[in-house]
Amino acid sequence: MVDKFLQTLIDALAVGSLYALIALGYTMVYGILKFINFAHSDVFVLGAWVSFATATVAGWGPGGEAAPVAPWVVQTLWGAVGLAAIATAAEAWLWSRRGRIEPFRLQRTSYAGTFALVAAWGWLSLGLAQAARLVKQSGDTGLFSGLLVLLCAMSTCGLVGFIIERLAYKPLRRAPRLNVLITAIGVSLLLQNVGQLEAMFGTRPQRMPTFLSDARPLATIGGTVVTDADGSTRLVGGVKIQPVDVIGASTALVLMFALDFLVHRTKFGRSMRAVSYNPTTASLMGIPVDRVISVTFVLGAMLAAAAGFLYGQKYPGLNQTAAATWVLLGLKAFVAAVVGGIGNIRGAMIGGLLIGLLEFFGTAYVNPELRDVYVFSLLILVLLVRPSGILGRASVEKV
Amino acid sequence: MASLPERSRELAPGAAGSALRSAAPALGGVALALVLHFFATPLIGDFYAKVLLDIGVNIVLAVSLTMVNGFTGQFSIGHAAFMMVGGYVSAMIVYYGSMLGYGSPDLQGGLISSTISGREAPFVTLADLMFAGSLVAGGLFAAACGYVVGLPSLRLKGDYLAIVTLGFGEIVRVLVQSQTGDVLYTVEEVRETPIWQLPTKVGGALGFSGLPFYSSLFWVFLVVSLTLLAAYRLKRSATGRAFLSIREDEIASEAMGVNTTKFKVSAFTISAFFAGVAGGLFAHTIGVTLNPGELGFQKSFDIIIMVVLGGLGSISGATIAAAIVTILPELLRNPEPLLRLWPALAGIGAVAAVAGLVMRARGRSGGLFFKAALAAGIAVALGFAARSAIDAGHDLGRYRMILFALALVLLMILRPQGLFGVHEIWERSMWRGLLHAVGGGGKGRA
Amino acid sequence: MSGEALRVTGICKSFGGLKAVQDFSIALPTGSLRGLIGPNGAGKTTVFNLLTGVYRPDAGRVELGGGEITGRRPFLIAEAGLSRTFQNIRLFGELSVLDNVRLGCHVRARHGTFRALLRTPWQRGEERAIEERARRLLRVFGLEGRAQDQARNLPYGDQRKLEIARALATEPRVLLLDEPAAGMNSQEKLGLRELIRGVRRDFGVTILLIEHDMGVVMDICERITVLDYGKIIAEGTPAEIQSNPKVVEAYLGADDDAEGIDTAYASGRRPAVGGPSDA
Repeated sequence: MVDKFLQTLIDALAVGSLYALIALGYTMVYGILKFINFAHSDVFVLGAWVSFATATVAGWGPGGEAAPVAPWVVQTLWGAVGLAAIATAAEAWLWSRRGRIEPFRLQRTSYAGTFALVAAWGWLSLGLAQAARLVKQSGDTGLFSGLLVLLCAMSTCGLVGFIIERLAYKPLRRAPRLNVLITAIGVSLLLQNVGQLEAMFGTRPQRMPTFLSDARPLATIGGTVVTDADGSTRLVGGVKIQPVDVIGASTALVLMFALDFLVHRTKFGRSMRAVSYNPTTASLMGIPVDRVISVTFVLGAMLAAAAGFLYGQKYPGLNQTAAATWVLLGLKAFVAAVVGGIGNIRGAMIGGLLIGLLEFFGTAYVNPELRDVYVFSLLILVLLVRPSGILGRASVEKV
Repeated sequence: MASLPERSRELAPGAAGSALRSAAPALGGVALALVLHFFATPLIGDFYAKVLLDIGVNIVLAVSLTMVNGFTGQFSIGHAAFMMVGGYVSAMIVYYGSMLGYGSPDLQGGLISSTISGREAPFVTLADLMFAGSLVAGGLFAAACGYVVGLPSLRLKGDYLAIVTLGFGEIVRVLVQSQTGDVLYTVEEVRETPIWQLPTKVGGALGFSGLPFYSSLFWVFLVVSLTLLAAYRLKRSATGRAFLSIREDEIASEAMGVNTTKFKVSAFTISAFFAGVAGGLFAHTIGVTLNPGELGFQKSFDIIIMVVLGGLGSISGATIAAAIVTILPELLRNPEPLLRLWPALAGIGAVAAVAGLVMRARGRSGGLFFKAALAAGIAVALGFAARSAIDAGHDLGRYRMILFALALVLLMILRPQGLFGVHEIWERSMWRGLLHAVGGGGKGRA
Repeated sequence: MSGEALRVTGICKSFGGLKAVQDFSIALPTGSLRGLIGPNGAGKTTVFNLLTGVYRPDAGRVELGGGEITGRRPFLIAEAGLSRTFQNIRLFGELSVLDNVRLGCHVRARHGTFRALLRTPWQRGEERAIEERARRLLRVFGLEGRAQDQARNLPYGDQRKLEIARALATEPRVLLLDEPAAGMNSQEKLGLRELIRGVRRDFGVTILLIEHDMGVVMDICERITVLDYGKIIAEGTPAEIQSNPKVVEAYLGADDDAEGIDTAYASGRRPAVGGPSDA
């Protein structure tokens, strides 16, 4: 009885902290741009799949052999370099015609700068994957190449987040919120369906390689140790604290506190809060609003990617990118953000843990089939009783 | 000035003529449905008759969602749930009704329900009426759910309401999926089961299989006609204006005396009714298994795509978009008819480019012509791409969702109000707006 | 009709610690035209929002033609006969000019959804009557030529007029106008004065007018109420108001030394420049 309770608690906290990680992305974007980034849950899925692809490249895949990087990835990256070069040349020419010097200066309106950033970023991600392969070849047991795979997934998803924001959301800065919401749905559908192409991840379910073996739990509580015929020991019953739970939850916690520090204690965080409060005034105060928004998206996407990697470590079965189960996971994270008080970073953490607890205890003690019903019922309840969430503040519309 | 009620009485037309004019469009709808039913299938073949059926069901769905998302501007993304409620209620009535009444779940309908040619049956039977009744019952149940879902809209707006409707849809789906038992397949079982337990025997996650295919072109297009008629009459009435005013500015609307609460809830209720009827039609369509897994939020997104592409608030826009969205995958699978248009498109593009150059030479902007040339060029290029992709053995139908998603994003950036905006296709204002958008505002504002 | 069209007794409203409106009382005789002025942030629009039910007063009582409407929902207040325009124009932009006015008639219409679906004779008659009334109103405001245009495509001045037309379509007893002259040029302002006078004469409404343009206020209002920091500081005829030292101080700040201005800045409020001298 106690065993079951503790095990449920551990699972709930482990998964809840992942919900919290995803919820941070929803809440940051909502805080600044006041819209639900529906595509965020797809970035989370992308994170899981990129981790899988990177792990395959690094040699952790199903075959055991290091798979080659897909040719189109390299081609696209060279394409980005080419575009950056062309844009640089074109801008240099334009600047020289206007009689200015400094054609190569990176500035906000510079396409050359953006393309160069994208190209460099893409190569960095690829480099991380290659590094993971080298580390694996040098006899790594999983910890370091796992870390590199995680970094690669975060970097790639950050890049995707950057591109999404620039192409889809930035043109809609002044559009009604409904239009932005529809765009977000469009981006979400796009990510889901592009991910299903054969050239990307395909439609077959895959098994995520686990970098941390769960054969040997970090700690056990209760249970009895059984010695098998061959002399090896097994634990029957009791509570197992798996490395993946500890590392998952602690990574999530570290990232969350880092973000909280960033937002509340740094200069950049102050700009973020200023933009969230009033973008127009912030830009008049000299805050580069577009850059702040870009960075917010990138940060959110990176956290989601980390959550995707960690979720894959806990539950290695990967569904196709448009699978409803994936999207629902992301949506639950959104529920967490709303329950905690959308726009509020600490609220997202509380909300994530709360949703994790509700889901796992409901599943373990009430009815396992209704796990989604609990979460969405809580959402409706919270929205009706206290729409601003646990830590949120109500806003008044000005007439 | 005479008061409004007095003046209304003076201006009211005679009852007889009015009744005729009131019923005429509905009778026209019946006639259209009959014509389609008896003549379309031989003309276009079974395959496209089935596509036509799907188009009809999707039109009802899209137009019903237009009433909430388009007219009142409340964003619902749980529409498939209403469809599911209506579908299951209707399916349950028809399936178990047939079991108890006829001893078998097979189609007992007359000619107006049959899709098989050369079948001997009376024109219309009691079973047809049962089917029609089940559609209405499904609609009413869905409307009741719509009322319940509409209630949060009193307190919530925009994104929050959207997420609540989505949550509601998921709750309904999970409940049907996990809390219902297997379908009863024999008459004995059905007779033995108490009638109040039958609603729980709808198949769970496996879906409600074995339903008779009542949804013929007649029924589908009868419902399409009535839905369009209702939507249009609503839009052109005090109720419709109240809906639209809520979407435009809720505070002003309330200040002008519109009970926004009441109208938001009634928009949800009416919309859910038609979605429920569409669900009933969907459940009894050939080649469909009523399955909760397929009626999740992804189905809702499909309907949203139709509504948004057509223009939030345009009935004709939603209709046309529903048709395009339904037929596009078929065209992508077999694009030969479209590919034959190449030379004509290329010709149009060339002419437009020349016309643009001439205008430019004469000192006018000619932007409209350049854009037309560009569009033609893109169309031709897409055609070539499609051609070579097909030759390389790709199934273009698999790219349909990518195309729709791209269209959604591009539309929001380039023409946020959708193709038709709030207007109808026959209204001049719509064409003016569309030309204005395509011409890039070359003329400037009037 | 005689007596009081609108009677407000001691309404208060605070937002958090800010007392936006304190003990505001006003009585408008039927058919009168009252001006409500005050520096920026004095609480004028908040008073309108309290009267029309957008906000609920914390205390006090609002009576319209003898019946109490305090704290009712806005649409019920509109039904009772109180209508308004908005400072930052709130038209139904995507709808046609005609539909905007037709919506104003909504509150007097009797037909519901089912009649609309069936197109009963009554519904047809009512739609015709509504259209007739809407077109007549547009003619009064010189907008009949633009009936089919989208409201957001109208020039600014016409949008203000359309808001008044829409408000009048609700057949109000009392009309609240929130800065109708804002953004108009001097020619248009002259036209607006005539228009407001005409509206009062022809439609028999009582008008409460917020306006910053002293030329307009002093010219057309019979009496003026001055609000500052949410409190009434003066009430009287235009001539009395113009010579009232408290009003001048509210607009110009304390006139003796620079300290007064500094205090105004420190309290987070910009001392208004101009003010009554515009007249």
